[in-house]
Amino acid sequence: MFDQNEDRKLCIICSKGTLDMAYPGLVLANAALMEGIDVTIFFTFWGLDIINKRKMNHLKFVPIGNPSMPIPNAIGGLPGMTNVATAVMKHEIAKLDFPEVGEFLEIIHDSGGKMYACKMSVDMFHDMHMMNEEDIYEGVEAVVGATDFMEMSNGAQIIFI
Amino acid sequence: MTTREIAGKTVDFDEQGFMSNPTQWDKTVAEALADEIGIDLTERHWQVIEFCRSDYQSQGDAPTMRRITQQAGVPTKELYQLFPKGPAKKVAYVAGLKKPSGCI
Repeated sequence: MFDQNEDRKLCIICSKGTLDMAYPGLVLANAALMEGIDVTIFFTFWGLDIINKRKMNHLKFVPIGNPSMPIPNAIGGLPGMTNVATAVMKHEIAKLDFPEVGEFLEIIHDSGGKMYACKMSVDMFHDMHMMNEEDIYEGVEAVVGATDFMEMSNGAQIIFI
Repeated sequence: MTTREIAGKTVDFDEQGFMSNPTQWDKTVAEALADEIGIDLTERHWQVIEFCRSDYQSQGDAPTMRRITQQAGVPTKELYQLFPKGPAKKVAYVAGLKKPSGCI
């Protein structure tokens, strides 16, 4: 009953950097590791914010343009609403005993999950003065290209977030 | 629901393969269950198992990994060494508890 995931491999692509798009990838990665599944996470485009040490614990939840939110866009777009919505979501996440992003990455790393940053995005963000390689969380194995990712994900199930 | 003979005792298991009656558990049952999944219990394993059993009694659910690492003083890395590939489930199994329902 504990060996059904023996050869199972999961690759998660995290492409978004908002709080509500960061957690699904991290929760799934951690759940897979807890099930004995081999896990690789590839952070690309805005997903790099999740592994950016300066930003990881300050990701935002944006209420505007989200039809699932119980408040109208006109109110969600008022100054300060993003901070309020973010604080509420962070509070709820903590209440469920889920860690902050930085600690979550550490748990995933310590559990044997492998994390990689996308080279094209790192180069682009560097060029736009949005990020340097030194900003990348130390638990990330390497900055790799899309073709490397193709090799790593050979035979894996892939989730794109 | 199935019944199996474990360490000379009759033990009930639920449909997921976890013990359904924690009162049928004792240390010899734990050793036999650990042996089934290829784990030799050490002092450190017992520390985790005992924490899980007492936490189950107070919380009514097998503890999550996060609870174990934070409250039993066993870091994530070590927990994966003690109970490789699926620590939360394996601890619950050996400790005679139901499958943990938490996501973390």
